[in-house]
Amino acid sequence: MTESMLTVAGLAKSYGAVPALAGVDLDVRRGMLLAVLGPSGCGKTTLLRCVAGFERADRGTVSVAGRTVVGNGVHVPPHRRRVAVVPQEGALFPHLSVADNVGYGLDRAARRSGRVEEVLDLVGLAGYGARMPHQLSGGQQQRVAVARALAPRPPLVLLDEPFSALDAKLRTELRADVRQALRADGATGVLVTHDQGEALSMADAVAVMDAGVIVQCGTPAEVYRDPADPWVARFVGDAVLLPGTVDDDVAVTPLGRLPLRGPSTGGAATVLVRPEQIRLATVGGAPATVVRQDFHGHDALTTLRLDDGTVLAARTLDEGTGLTAGAQVGVTVWGQVRAYAG
Amino acid sequence: MRARRSPRRVLPRPGLTVASAAAVAVALLPLVYLAVRAGEAGWDRLTTELLTERLAVLAGRSLALAAVVTAACTVLGVGAALLVARTDLPGRRAFGVVAALPLAVPTYVAGFAWIATVDGFAGFWAAALLLTVCSYPYVFLPAVAALTRADPGQEEVSRSLGRGPWATLLGVTLRQIRPAVAAGALLVALYVLSDFGAVSLVQVDTFTRAIFTAFNLGFDRTGALVLSTVLVVLTVLLIGAELTTRTRDARYASTAVRPPVRLGLGRWRWPAVTALLAVLALALGVPAVGLARWLAAGVSRPGSLAEIAAAAGGSLSVSLAGAAFTMLLALPLGLLAARAPGPVTTLLERLTYVAHALPGVVIGLSLVFFAVNVAYPLYQSRWLLALAYATLFLPLAVGAVASAAAQSPPAVEEAARSLGRGPFAVFRTVTLPLTLPGIGAGAALTFLTCMKELPATLLLRPTGMDTLATELWTHTSTAAYAAAAPYAAILVVLAAVPTWLLAARTGLTDPGGTR
Repeated sequence: MTESMLTVAGLAKSYGAVPALAGVDLDVRRGMLLAVLGPSGCGKTTLLRCVAGFERADRGTVSVAGRTVVGNGVHVPPHRRRVAVVPQEGALFPHLSVADNVGYGLDRAARRSGRVEEVLDLVGLAGYGARMPHQLSGGQQQRVAVARALAPRPPLVLLDEPFSALDAKLRTELRADVRQALRADGATGVLVTHDQGEALSMADAVAVMDAGVIVQCGTPAEVYRDPADPWVARFVGDAVLLPGTVDDDVAVTPLGRLPLRGPSTGGAATVLVRPEQIRLATVGGAPATVVRQDFHGHDALTTLRLDDGTVLAARTLDEGTGLTAGAQVGVTVWGQVRAYAG
Repeated sequence: MRARRSPRRVLPRPGLTVASAAAVAVALLPLVYLAVRAGEAGWDRLTTELLTERLAVLAGRSLALAAVVTAACTVLGVGAALLVARTDLPGRRAFGVVAALPLAVPTYVAGFAWIATVDGFAGFWAAALLLTVCSYPYVFLPAVAALTRADPGQEEVSRSLGRGPWATLLGVTLRQIRPAVAAGALLVALYVLSDFGAVSLVQVDTFTRAIFTAFNLGFDRTGALVLSTVLVVLTVLLIGAELTTRTRDARYASTAVRPPVRLGLGRWRWPAVTALLAVLALALGVPAVGLARWLAAGVSRPGSLAEIAAAAGGSLSVSLAGAAFTMLLALPLGLLAARAPGPVTTLLERLTYVAHALPGVVIGLSLVFFAVNVAYPLYQSRWLLALAYATLFLPLAVGAVASAAAQSPPAVEEAARSLGRGPFAVFRTVTLPLTLPGIGAGAALTFLTCMKELPATLLLRPTGMDTLATELWTHTSTAAYAAAAPYAAILVVLAAVPTWLLAARTGLTDPGGTR
């Protein structure tokens, strides 16, 4: 097991009577990228600012690379934590060239060692050193901000929704490049985001946060396939939640008897099915009526109503497109499903 | 995001807040002292002085002048702004820059030019004309800025809902710019109430002239005091009225990136051009002609150059002292405004504007009394004048410091801290380089504004010291127009610089600003 680069335990912080963090625990191992995913106002930015040292936590501890920076009366100031930040809008120093921005956290010897060029190359901006920030596009500015954070080889890099100001296509491209740059440099990172696509595609682990606590932490696949509760299921991806009862290792639902993944107690339950598990057929399966179809190009999301009134959504590729409202189809479920008691 | 929404503590930065409160206290010294003196004079004395026919006439004349000039400036300013920013007026970019220039002519300089050019230029309507052509840019500039930055989306929605271009202009556009126009009109009204040079030169007895005469000729302290108090009350009432309208007006987002829709003037193109040219002829043409006519004679007078050099030296020394002192007071306030916004900060900022709105005559008078009775060593020193300048121009400097501090946002400084640099290193390598140009520009602006100040300088300058403004005033009062002309020319050039800065800030001089 690799060493822990960030350990957060019982971290709490309130603004007046409003709790922003209500006891957060996290563990990030060397070389890992952890995404803290949550809706706006869940406390994820406060968490990041407490780790960076810009805010004082009320309770709890934070250790960076084995050194306690918060806790037991200790509050190490931000510049002594060796935690580099990539802020939302980049926040480049407007009066410094790209090279001087990237070299800001380096001492003189390190600046001459070629480290600046090395990290600029990592983020795909080799040869841009002499430019000024205002001569760069938004995406390029963000790349410089990442390079600037990586340059001093900090034990931990914090990324605060770094792609949210960019347009969709650029965002996808930048995510892949930044992930690649962090990995190539062996950096450990925490990415704060409200975008589940970003968290699932970039991170090695995802911590889902709500109302100041971590609700679930796991690999992207675990969080998507085995959400801890129906709220997480709905927040991380589209979810069809059906009423049902658990009978041994099978859930009895309006879509029939579905095989269960994971343990579950018997009795009444809410059953999670992902829309891509739902298949449409002209014969067989539970009879349903098409309510509408939203075409997305790469797939289509079809809203259906079962004869008992239950509404559900199915994600279908080519073969399932072109259905009009009112069409009669049969519904089957592929794979295992998850059930939550109650 | 919650961090930014956090409920603020009452005193976010104790050190900065205390320093700011001290700065505001110093700036409000003249006002406080005025209140103390008025209190000492006693209620009976005040009421006997107040309830006189002369005071009623003075008040009526001052208010009538303020009303006429404000109305005229609003019409002229909004009209010119609409033509420049929202129509296909020929040469509108040039008009946009030139129409702002009258602000560069101090009213007493314009007054000199008019009475040196037009025989018998005196009286109420002369004062109204003079003040209107000098101060309409106070409405024009914010109106152009608001029109350029207003969200075109609202107008497009109005058009798409079936309103025509003119109905949209009246129903949507003019409402969007109403807060800006109201603020500009308030500046005009305050300016008219506080103006001393122009009304004195055209011999209209308003409050400011009466205060100066009462003090200067008869040393009638109580009379001057009572008049000053009434003028302060009028000023505060005006500010209060504007504040109540402002709270009802929504702030409009200035996120527009698209150029606004322009109206075709059609056959009104050339009449509109002619009307604008006529205004500019009155505002700039007459002063230019008057100056040109007398300048050659003034410069060739024997001994004039030495006299001008002495006055320039005097202006330089008092204005440098004034700018330095003003910036000293403005630094904590500007930083507080930029970094710790909140109710306490807002209150302190508003208080600086109270003093700023007061007439220079009142500030000067109050400081004379203050020095004579309380701080005699200050009397006749340039530091007393510097204090007057600081009281009058503090908001200018605070605004400059605050916008300079905004050039170095907290996120940038936090990023610097996270890269391992301590607070002092971050201040030296990030905060200072980013804010210094703005603070320097603010200091220069304050310096130039001090150079132009007339009434407080007249009252407070050390005996025997002349400045450019006082020399111009003295010579014009004695109808020595040739001797006055060189001072007028220098003052116009000095005043043009801050006007240019102001125009640049409102986007008038941007290539895309009024295209």
